[in-house]
Amino acid sequence: MEYTWDFTVIVDAFPVLLRGLLVTVELWVLAFAIGLSLGFAVSLGRISGRPWVNAPAIGYVEIFRNTPVLVQLIWFYYAFPIVLGQQLSPFTAAALGLTLNTSAYCAEIFRGGIVSIARGQWEGAKAIGMTRAMTMRRVILPQVMKRMLPAFTNRGIELAKVTSLASLLAVNEIMYQGRLLSSTYYRPLEILTVVALVYFVLIYPGSYLSARLERRLAARD
Amino acid sequence: MKYQWDFPAVWNHFDMLVVGLVGTVKLAAVSIVLGVIVGFVVALMRLSHRRMLRAPATAFVEFYRNTPPLVHFFWFFYALPIMVGVSFEPFTAAVLALSTQSGAFYAEVFRGGIVSIEGGQWEGAKALGMSYREVMRRVILPQALRRMVAPFVDRSFELTKTTALASSLAYAELLYQAMQVNSITFRPMEVYTTIALMYFIVLFAASNLMRLVEYRLARAG
Amino acid sequence: MDETVIRIRNLHKRFGDLHVVKGVDLEVKRGERIAIIGASGSGKSTILRCLNFMEMPSEGTIELDGKLLGTEGRANGGRAGRIYSEAELCALRTRVGMVFQQFNLFPHMTVLENVMEGLITVKRTSKDAARSRATEQLTKVGLLDKLDAYPGKLSGGQQQRVAIARALAMEPEVLLFDEPTSSLDPELVGEVLRVIHALAEEGRTMLLVTHELGFAYHFADRVVFIADGVVHETGTADEVLKHPKRERTQAFLARFTERAF
Ligand SMILES: Nc1ncnc2c1ncn2[C@@H]1O[C@H](COP(=O)(O)OP(=O)(O)OP(=O)(O)O)[C@@H](O)[C@H]1O
Ligand SMILES: [Mg+2]
Repeated sequence: MEYTWDFTVIVDAFPVLLRGLLVTVELWVLAFAIGLSLGFAVSLGRISGRPWVNAPAIGYVEIFRNTPVLVQLIWFYYAFPIVLGQQLSPFTAAALGLTLNTSAYCAEIFRGGIVSIARGQWEGAKAIGMTRAMTMRRVILPQVMKRMLPAFTNRGIELAKVTSLASLLAVNEIMYQGRLLSSTYYRPLEILTVVALVYFVLIYPGSYLSARLERRLAARD
Repeated sequence: MKYQWDFPAVWNHFDMLVVGLVGTVKLAAVSIVLGVIVGFVVALMRLSHRRMLRAPATAFVEFYRNTPPLVHFFWFFYALPIMVGVSFEPFTAAVLALSTQSGAFYAEVFRGGIVSIEGGQWEGAKALGMSYREVMRRVILPQALRRMVAPFVDRSFELTKTTALASSLAYAELLYQAMQVNSITFRPMEVYTTIALMYFIVLFAASNLMRLVEYRLARAG
Repeated sequence: MDETVIRIRNLHKRFGDLHVVKGVDLEVKRGERIAIIGASGSGKSTILRCLNFMEMPSEGTIELDGKLLGTEGRANGGRAGRIYSEAELCALRTRVGMVFQQFNLFPHMTVLENVMEGLITVKRTSKDAARSRATEQLTKVGLLDKLDAYPGKLSGGQQQRVAIARALAMEPEVLLFDEPTSSLDPELVGEVLRVIHALAEEGRTMLLVTHELGFAYHFADRVVFIADGVVHETGTADEVLKHPKRERTQAFLARFTERAF
């Protein structure tokens, strides 16, 4: 029995898939932007010498990194509203889960970068009267940003892939639309293959750039 | 209104969660083993001098690195059976998705380990009159294996977390079982918090154990 | 003209259980040049670093220009002690400059930017004013031709001179040097010592921790010998280095074979 492909359904389905793609991108931008800033804040807690700041930061990072992200999304959608006393929309729950998850990974990247800078840099800045915040902004971060860039790009790529899990909360991003369409047209092979390709086209440029960047940085030192 | 916690309601069904945990471990173990085999073959292909072998292997790796795992789960469960004319058990589809995906990542781990060994090692061994196979087996691999341990372990943890996606195919792993318990007890907060903790305990304990092993290995080296 | 700039009273410093500085009293007069000598691990650096609060004193008080630093309060351990705000310490550090053994220049900034940094971020000087003040200081240490170089491209001696210019740019009342030549190749020591000597001639208040006893002899109005975290002997360079009264000082000096004084 030979399967006959029929890619004409894609022509009909494409506008819907594109609308889904838009939601995917929205989720990605939101979770990445907030996740980065939040991650920086958490990393500050992570490097703090005060145990009551340090311990919760460690707990936060470890919980998000040692449980499946899908369980986190489900938790934020089905469980969290119960303590909150208010229903969350699928999009909000997904965005919340993805943001916090991303922030935990970003916190570790920031921490790794910050502690890689020699103590003398903090001392040099301190000795001319710079505050910790000034030192971070003017001395530490500019030195590590480049070094951390590949790791952040990788995080962005992971996040782009993970946004697909929002479909399981019925967020109408591209994966969700793909599944819906494949049962409507009864053409899962064509539609799911195209969805995979759309993701590839979306993500590949990022990982290509990240690989090049990594090579360039490695060649430099 | 204060939320009334009721963990016992969930713990009455703990046996179902244990079934889920066993399902998770089984899925992870089988996929890791198959993934290693896939990864090993793909790595050898990528290291080959023949373009015919190298190109498809590279495409395989790039495809899996740049598309979300959830697409693969659905693709193997809903799409592939249409093409080959046999339907798959959820477990089979999940193993296919996980082992091919992790195979792509393991391939990079293996390849990275091998190419990280300096050219001088090859030259030194060849100068002794060793053949390619001998050099690989007696000089390169023993050194490379040690460098592969950490990324290999990381990848296996990622895979284990990804098993949660099999719940969307109704395979009875931990998350799916939790959903069942939830539909009996209507206690999402307690159920999902319980399984998050179960994942955390297993993964956190395992990752610390592996860190210890890595540390020992590094010291032995 | 005999006014006291810094007065240290009963300074103690502990690192956990390790008691490193065990009650130091010291007065520094304006324009005075003090050399601090002593065996390795005796606590010289720690004393110096407490003066600009790179290390927080565990006990004791420090006065600058007759003003007691910090406020009375309870320290972390709950014991009575002095507490210091970050703002107060940052302001203080612009008045007490420091030069390190390892230079601690910022590698991502040029020589000029390194020297301008404190002026711009801490003193909020305008960019133009900062540039001209920084250029002036760099001229003084003989690095006018290196303004746009990055520290990584300079020799150790040149880097240390940039670090001195960076400290000078803040116009500190007191300068602290912690073994500024110890990490330099022998042929580069001279150029840094010449710069320090020139600063001494200007009548600046300076404290220098050093193992270069020959230089200490010519440089210092007063030499302080530290042993076991206390001031063991102090006096003029002649008194301490040539005619030490106490046995331990004599034993320490005997270990230096070449006496360049
Ligand atoms: N941050 C720190 N934490 C713990 N111990 C420290 C710290 N800094 C210094 N010490 C210890 O305090 C003691 C005195 O150190 P310090 O650096 O003041 O000695 P020093 O006289 O400057 O010696 P050197 O001539 O070698 O520079 C040493 O035993 C040192 O190990
Ligand atoms: Mg010292």
